[in-house]
Amino acid sequence: MKTLNLGESDPRFISEVEQRSGQKISRCYQCGACTGRCPNTFAYDLPVNRVMRLIQLGRREEVLSCSAIWLCAACQACAVQCPNEIDVTRVMETCRQMSAEAGLVSERAIQVFVKSFLGSVKRNGRAFEPGLMAGYMFRTGRFFTDVDLAPVMLAKRKLAFKPHKAGNGEVADIFRRYEEEGPVSCNLESDHA
Amino acid sequence: MPKTYAYYPGCSSMGTSAEYDRSTRAVCRACGIDLEDVHDWTCCGSTPAHVTDFGLSGALAARNLVQAKSAGRSEVLTPCPSCLKNMKAAQHHAHDPVWGPRIERLLGRKVPEDMRCASVLEILFRETGAEGVRALVKKPLTGLKVACYYGCLLTRPTALMEFDEPENPQSMETLLAATGATVLDFPLKVECCGASLAVVRRDMVQQLSGRLLDTACELGADVLSVACPLCQMNLDLRQKQAACRRQTKAAVPIMYVTQLLGLAFGLDEADLGLGGLIVDPRPVLAGIGARSEEAADAPAGGQDDAKAVNSGRAE
Ligand code: SF4
Ligand code: SF4
Repeated sequence: MKTLNLGESDPRFISEVEQRSGQKISRCYQCGACTGRCPNTFAYDLPVNRVMRLIQLGRREEVLSCSAIWLCAACQACAVQCPNEIDVTRVMETCRQMSAEAGLVSERAIQVFVKSFLGSVKRNGRAFEPGLMAGYMFRTGRFFTDVDLAPVMLAKRKLAFKPHKAGNGEVADIFRRYEEEGPVSCNLESDHA
Repeated sequence: MPKTYAYYPGCSSMGTSAEYDRSTRAVCRACGIDLEDVHDWTCCGSTPAHVTDFGLSGALAARNLVQAKSAGRSEVLTPCPSCLKNMKAAQHHAHDPVWGPRIERLLGRKVPEDMRCASVLEILFRETGAEGVRALVKKPLTGLKVACYYGCLLTRPTALMEFDEPENPQSMETLLAATGATVLDFPLKVECCGASLAVVRRDMVQQLSGRLLDTACELGADVLSVACPLCQMNLDLRQKQAACRRQTKAAVPIMYVTQLLGLAFGLDEADLGLGGLIVDPRPVLAGIGARSEEAADAPAGGQDDAKAVNSGRAE
């Protein structure tokens, strides 16, 4: 089991998040407007303004292991609200990417879904909805939460039966180059003074 | 000569949102908007790529811009706001010092810069507009009470989408009012429905969608008009789940704006894919029929079926 030192502060963290997200997080003055507008605060372990504050404080592990960054629906409501024109959604998305790269994912089911989806795209060039669900169930070892919806979807011909192949290998090439390159942080100079 | 748009259907058009694809094509045809499918289009990476790596997401989306450009097109139209956001983000990130070079490396070429991308709603609003719609209406939707729901992505983030008002958009209302429908003031029009969490966090999505559905019902909406395949599927498919949890009996049809426009234009129902909707809209639509002269033609059996489905859903 992983132990967290919650008080530990990493001064490079804010500059890393700022570079990757292109957002000036240091400008946040904790007005709370983002949290006020966020529809998911009820389910978050950390409200979004608190995530912003912890980034400023360099609390890398605490931020990258929180569930809020995974439960964010990327709805952009916070980004529209921020008086300092911080694209808060992009900051949340950036933290989620960094959380996966650092192996600090708190919401495993969501990460598994993301991987199943991308696997399907890599193989076929297009997303194939039923194959995706099967892969997700297989890897979480958990029966699809929406299995009660499948008969309705089948009756309405909402599920295609065969994957549609497209892209003539170009999509697989994009994935291959992505895997070869590794996470973007490797190419980042985090020269924080 | 009218401009030809590159058309990017998106993966959900092959399954869960086939009726959006059909009705978009039918309505664009009626409006004289020429669409040509992006040749051998591929997945834009959707939310999973976007939350994994902006470089991967950018390269997957941009491949389709490359395809459209090599076919000589200058603007891509897509029905799906999530695909649209990814394409626009790819172009935006192409200028970013961190992500731009990475997108190009992963894609293996440059991201086309001069390509415009727009949603079907935006193109209909821009090219056809209220006046164009009025001129095409054959069966006015008089008396139909419509709540317009945009979802989160059509207008946000503002700098990227560059369309309508981020918090109080009016384009869908403008187009639908021109069909004779009664457009309601729907305060939750840009609230998140939770679709992106649908597969993994049922509890959250039920709470978010339930509030939207309840409010639409309280306002007396006959239908909810949407322009996003994720919102449509989420709200349509989950009404029973959401209703059970919140103990309401609401069953409101969730229709694509293109389906409503198509109906007003008198297009063939089969071309609009009305049969693909789970909460059957025909009972409320029959109400409009009664108000104009079309009532006599409506097949009685079909309507009974429709009622059965609807009451089944509302239990
Ligand atoms: S983008 Fe995420 S953090 Fe921001 S308001 Fe939406 S759900 Fe909340
Ligand atoms: S709205 Fe902007 S300034 Fe206010 S707390 Fe959120 S991020 Fe900080």
